Amino acid sequence: MTALALRLRRGWRPGSAALLVGGVLTACLVGIALTSLVWTPEDPTRMRILQKLRGPLVSGWLGTDHLGRDVASMLMRGAFNSLTTAFAAVGLGAVLGTLAGVAAAAGPTFDAMLMRICDALFALPPILSAIMLGALLGPGALTAIVAIGVFMIPVFARVTRGAAMQIWAREYIMAARMAGKGTARITLEHVLPNIAGQVIVQVTIQLAMAILTEAGLSFLGLGLPPPAPTWGRMLAESQTYLTQAPHLALAPGLAIAAAVLGLNLLGDGLAARLDPRRRQAS
Amino acid sequence: MLAIRNLSVAFPGPEGPVRVVDDVSVEVGRGESLGIVGESGSGKSMLSLATIGLLPKSARTSGGILLEGRNILTMGEKELCGLRGRRIGMIFQEPMTALNPAMTAGQQIAEGIRLHHGTGRAEARAEALRLLDRVRIPDPARRIDSYPHEMSGGQRQRVGIAIALALKPDLLIADEPTTALDVTVQKEILDILDELVADLGLSLILISHDLGVIARSTDRTLVMCRGRAVEDGPTEAVLRNPTAQYTRDLIAALPRRARAGLGEPGLGEEARLAAGGTP
Amino acid sequence: MLRHLARRAAGFAVTFLLISVLVFCMMEIVPGDPASAMLGTSATSETLAALRAQMGLDAPALVRYLRWLGGLASGNLGVSYTYGVPVGGLILERLAVTLPLTGLAVLLAVGIALPLGVTAASRPGGVADGVATLYAQAGIAVPNFWIGLLLIMVVALGLGWLPAGGFPGWGEPVAAFRALLLPALALAIPQSAVLTRVTRASVVEVMNEDFVRTARAKGASVSRALWRHAVPNALVPVITMLGLQISFLIGGAVLVENVFTLPGMGRLAWQALAQRDLIVIQNVVMVFATIVIVVNLGVDLLYTVVDPRLRRRA
Repeated sequence: MTALALRLRRGWRPGSAALLVGGVLTACLVGIALTSLVWTPEDPTRMRILQKLRGPLVSGWLGTDHLGRDVASMLMRGAFNSLTTAFAAVGLGAVLGTLAGVAAAAGPTFDAMLMRICDALFALPPILSAIMLGALLGPGALTAIVAIGVFMIPVFARVTRGAAMQIWAREYIMAARMAGKGTARITLEHVLPNIAGQVIVQVTIQLAMAILTEAGLSFLGLGLPPPAPTWGRMLAESQTYLTQAPHLALAPGLAIAAAVLGLNLLGDGLAARLDPRRRQAS
Repeated sequence: MLAIRNLSVAFPGPEGPVRVVDDVSVEVGRGESLGIVGESGSGKSMLSLATIGLLPKSARTSGGILLEGRNILTMGEKELCGLRGRRIGMIFQEPMTALNPAMTAGQQIAEGIRLHHGTGRAEARAEALRLLDRVRIPDPARRIDSYPHEMSGGQRQRVGIAIALALKPDLLIADEPTTALDVTVQKEILDILDELVADLGLSLILISHDLGVIARSTDRTLVMCRGRAVEDGPTEAVLRNPTAQYTRDLIAALPRRARAGLGEPGLGEEARLAAGGTP
Repeated sequence: MLRHLARRAAGFAVTFLLISVLVFCMMEIVPGDPASAMLGTSATSETLAALRAQMGLDAPALVRYLRWLGGLASGNLGVSYTYGVPVGGLILERLAVTLPLTGLAVLLAVGIALPLGVTAASRPGGVADGVATLYAQAGIAVPNFWIGLLLIMVVALGLGWLPAGGFPGWGEPVAAFRALLLPALALAIPQSAVLTRVTRASVVEVMNEDFVRTARAKGASVSRALWRHAVPNALVPVITMLGLQISFLIGGAVLVENVFTLPGMGRLAWQALAQRDLIVIQNVVMVFATIVIVVNLGVDLLYTVVDPRLRRRA
């Protein structure tokens, strides 16, 4: 066996396949989303009513919808809209949730109270929060972001709380305490860096969840308002033409599935590398 | 009754197969008790798992394990299932984990009876109650409905014995049956085991790293080291006049008082306990 | 055991109150006055004030909150602005669709996940394991409402086996069941994917336990050791996941009910938003959240059924 093959084999650790496939899919997704800002085959909002409901490759790569808009272009811009909403929502959930989790782990004063609030937030499915927020703010990006993000606060809070508590139980924390460091400083210097890996894993997995939920919200008309193309609304509009133009229902669904699959695989692969609990289990 | 002929067991490893049992031959007659002694990793547990046909799937074997002339290694899964429990019973080392936490003691004892004899629920339960009484569990009528987590280690190991003996097998394999127990409980369990083996006329394979336990309960002894049989003979002879250097080292490693008691079962009780005190 | 339950129940009561305050406050800051919305722009200020008094809108917020809590207990939830019927009755009527729908979905999900996960775990790395892993990854990635669209496209419109939508009511039980089958399947597939993954991991772990070997040494076959010994001891993580999924199941019900035009709670909430029927939104959200809390309490009870060690937990 050559030295290179040996090194390759050693490098092939648990989760490598998931990391590779997930990484490539996610890179494609981000690449397409960013490309859509500067170039799409057609203007995704331009209607050409004479060319409506054309099949794939008849007009454009993926055909046209009921208003004659180019499906491929809409999918590309949809990827951008979906990703930005998902990023913003997960950002909101990750920052607030991690803060809550770390604070809860640092002292019992906050713990009971924060965890109760988390229980309450977790009992509100994002679609219901979005319906309430929709009444308050009207449908739109903000409604979707807040509804999804708020639901993710308890998710991140629970993960970080558990991880942070394990760190707090370690001996070097005791040593740091003896050295006179305060709770806040220990949290910043020791706890946060040590749980960062688990937070990153969770961000990846929750991005996948957020994309699914965002699609659901825009399917119900609670996401970005028209004319901005979203995968969810493309599916909602396809319902009327299921027999006539099945490609309208297939393309956005496959796009969602590929995006979610990529992020999930990436999360699994990262977890195998970064998360100490799963590393032990595998 | 049981004849192990040139048995080898190997597992695939990163640098070729690793032999954990290497060309071992030994016989156990009807009503005879064989002790297998050796350090952990000497292959004695793999030998016992091979005998009951429960080696991990990745294991490769050669040689033969003949139970009344029939080779266990070549039997099909169905035949093995009919054999396990009915002809060969087994007691495991860890009473804490060897019992199903979601089933009562009675259900677990009755299971083998119902599987092999197709006995009805009530009848199997009555038999389980008799068995619990035989392994001297206090208040068996109550304990029969207890879950493992409600019992002490000694009580669980008694349930383990009851499970293994439920079908009055011809051969009982006990793999370190007392290692995980308190010193005082060890003696009680061994007493029960000795008594049942004598009463039922069973053949016994007793696996232990504890020479005291071997000396007390077995007729013949096989000493294993790194998968190989280094010495085999009547227990008393092996322990009093060991021929292999490895056996001498094992005996030399014992505390002096324990050494003095070896080979004098009945007299060396105190010494045996001292030797078995640290598993 | 009783003390443990009492403590859990108290915890759930606190959660319930927190949610109710949150929902009430959200609805409180929504702009617009229900009374003027009902009467339209032509109403005089006298009739408006009379209606406001009749609807109890003139009382201070705290009083109205307490009245609402009382209403939640008694079922008297006020009158829908758009339908003009009591909200309590409206919700009950819609629950008669949503509860059977989600119940059927859970049954289907468990019915798919348990055999698949356990079979996969019986031979890790085998063919069934590969199929299960693939199913789990793919199933988690597809949105349930898209599965609904595909099922309509293929099973309902293409093959014509089952209705593509609508609900005939429980007066015709067979037709009603047929109407719920496809939407329940759409809900169940993503759930079953997650459950398959959890079941497989849990059973694989338990199969390595000593007591499984004890069972085999008694003469139990591989499948008996698997189903009678390993599976019951592997259920706690599976049930935990079922409890966690109830939120997603309810969110999914809103979507799937809209795909299949089922007159359930989710569709009610969605239509109420379109019509700005705030009192309906408020109560539907509260009922859904209560269902989530109650299911979690039920999950807690289930733990003690499957694991006798937890029965004596202090």
